[in-house]
Amino acid sequence: MKKLLLATVATAALGTGAAAEDAKIGLSLGFTGPLESMAPMMARGAELAIKEVNESGNFMDGSQVTSVQADNTCADAAASVAAVERLVTSEKVNGIVGGMCSGETIASLEKVAVPNGMVMISPSATSPALSDIDDKGFFFRTSPSDARQGEVMADIMIERGVESAAVTYTNNDYGKGLAEAFKRFYEERGGSITVMAAHEDGKGDYSAEVGALAAAGGDALVVAGYVDQGGSGIVRGALDSGAFETFVFPDGMISQALVDRFGAELENSFGQNPSAEGEGRDRFVELAQTDGFEGSSAFAAESYDAAALIMLSMQAAKSIDPKVYKDKVLEVANAPGEKIMPGELGKGLELLAQGQDIDYVGATSAELVGAGESAGVYREVEFKGGELNTVKTR
Amino acid sequence: MDILNALVAILNFVIIPATAYGAQLAMGALGVTLIYGILRFSNFAHGDTMAFGTGLVILLTWGLQALGLSLGPLPTALLALPVAIAGTAALVLLTDRVVYRYYRQVKADPIVLVMASVGVMFVMNGLTRLLIGVDEIRFDDGARFLISVSQFKGWTGLDEGLALRSTQAITLVVAALACWALFRFLNRSRAGKAMRAYSDNEDLALLSGIDPERVVRLTWIIATALAVAAGTLYGLDKSFKAFNYFQILLPIFAAAIVGGLGNPVGAIAGGFVIAYSEVAVTYPWKKIAGYLLPDWQPEGLLQLLSTEYKFAVSFVILIVVLLFRPTGLFRGKSV
Repeated sequence: MKKLLLATVATAALGTGAAAEDAKIGLSLGFTGPLESMAPMMARGAELAIKEVNESGNFMDGSQVTSVQADNTCADAAASVAAVERLVTSEKVNGIVGGMCSGETIASLEKVAVPNGMVMISPSATSPALSDIDDKGFFFRTSPSDARQGEVMADIMIERGVESAAVTYTNNDYGKGLAEAFKRFYEERGGSITVMAAHEDGKGDYSAEVGALAAAGGDALVVAGYVDQGGSGIVRGALDSGAFETFVFPDGMISQALVDRFGAELENSFGQNPSAEGEGRDRFVELAQTDGFEGSSAFAAESYDAAALIMLSMQAAKSIDPKVYKDKVLEVANAPGEKIMPGELGKGLELLAQGQDIDYVGATSAELVGAGESAGVYREVEFKGGELNTVKTR
Repeated sequence: MDILNALVAILNFVIIPATAYGAQLAMGALGVTLIYGILRFSNFAHGDTMAFGTGLVILLTWGLQALGLSLGPLPTALLALPVAIAGTAALVLLTDRVVYRYYRQVKADPIVLVMASVGVMFVMNGLTRLLIGVDEIRFDDGARFLISVSQFKGWTGLDEGLALRSTQAITLVVAALACWALFRFLNRSRAGKAMRAYSDNEDLALLSGIDPERVVRLTWIIATALAVAAGTLYGLDKSFKAFNYFQILLPIFAAAIVGGLGNPVGAIAGGFVIAYSEVAVTYPWKKIAGYLLPDWQPEGLLQLLSTEYKFAVSFVILIVVLLFRPTGLFRGKSV
């Protein structure tokens, strides 16, 4: 009897031991909700990385990685907490790519991931609030914080000799976070803000806002809003009434729609948005094309990198336990070491198995700074001649 | 010179935009108030009637543009407007036949009709989106400005610019024409008098041989014409987005109630009160003060309320009016 029991325990231990080698990654994305059009491509990005690792056969001496999706709705924090709870407790994942939107990411991180010791790498939550959150080292993101964008925007404006500016922002976490970060850096660099005014999206009339911004004045108007929402309404009003000629646009505004709408009227204006360029990005887009999806879709590349970082860190730590491999994430993502591009995950795994150091570049030139977030590569754009031109990346 | 600059700044940033916006609200409120006065319920589907009609205008405008027709400096949409009004009126009359007539016959409480109109609103909402989608559409063509900022500065040599968009001027002209025609119709024509009689006392009107269904039909047609015209003017001046027409319902109702529900003069006055209070109360006077009192350099913006509160302003006015004059500024029916 005793022997039998021992044998059972031993097999059970062996069984779990063997199963533990196979890793499971949860994808917590908003498959329904306000960003439902982006989520499928992001999931494809993460799954592409997992497929690549499995095909290489180099992961943890030939174990496999599987993925499981969970719908966090983006808008509803309670639904997101429930989704991540399911991933952690019933699916028993070893790492999570997600969340997607800042608010639900904060909620699911604080309520589920940190208490349960689960690593979350978000491809797309950009709120500055996530930089200072007490994550016990379990949270990373492959997209830059909007605080970083505020700094880049302030730099660009000072370089271009814009010394005073009026700021209008869309009244939500994104707009407010970005506007406040920008204000801090801009004033540090000697710029002066004449007015900070929020605007509501989807309203009928923006004459009051434009009037207030015009009365406050400034060399330029910073529009931290959305191109399909109030941001364009403000720009239209400001152009028509001659209130401002120079506009500064952050990522929510930079798109072809902006150019289509205003064309040559934005001659003096400029802006920036996060956009990794270069070899890594090109290779990722090619890989995605072979796999049958659009790699340039928003945050698809960031999702690929998030999944890749989880698996490479597991390999580096020789463990799929999030409490162990979380300490390897920064090491794997940053220099020094052999540079690893998209499509070279197999090589990266092999090098790590040999005990060598790697510097994961990936699809977005991933370089994690501060509390484990992407340093962010931004492109500075202009609208000369009624076209969107990239001036340089920074 | 400085006084002129101050004057131009106020004109450019307060008076012109607020007047155009006020005219758009006034026309919307006129439709709401007519329905309330004659059919005796608040029609929540009004905003979406505006959206549906404007959607038709846009489709017709595209058709006309494809045929190469235009009105020269005027927007092509004005040419499409009458046809779109007819189309929307047909839909609204069908709604009345299918939904509202039943509730009239069973003499349902006004609140039941209001709830029915909320249902109609959601259906119209969906129809509009099926028809034209949810995206923002600009459909103004022709000359954009009557006076542009650079022209104005060139003519006058002032520091401040003044812009008058052609859509703003058209809004004012069309709104004035529509009001004039409406009042003439209500006061002079037989059908108009019948409508007023029906509104004042339904039973007496029936006794004197007025056909109630005819009055109801006329009311719907006129209210629809006003709604589609208001929606088109608004869309020309800003842009068309189905969701915005749902949002604009609130200020329109505020305007109608402030003016006095059921009272056409009140609707117009209410429209302007709401528009001016949104724009003027939140306007920072720093620049104006700088022109008028050059020695005084204020630190702040001299702004009474920040622009986030502009909607609160119209609702504070609404509450104050309802507290002290429950029938509105111009003695409409009590709510």
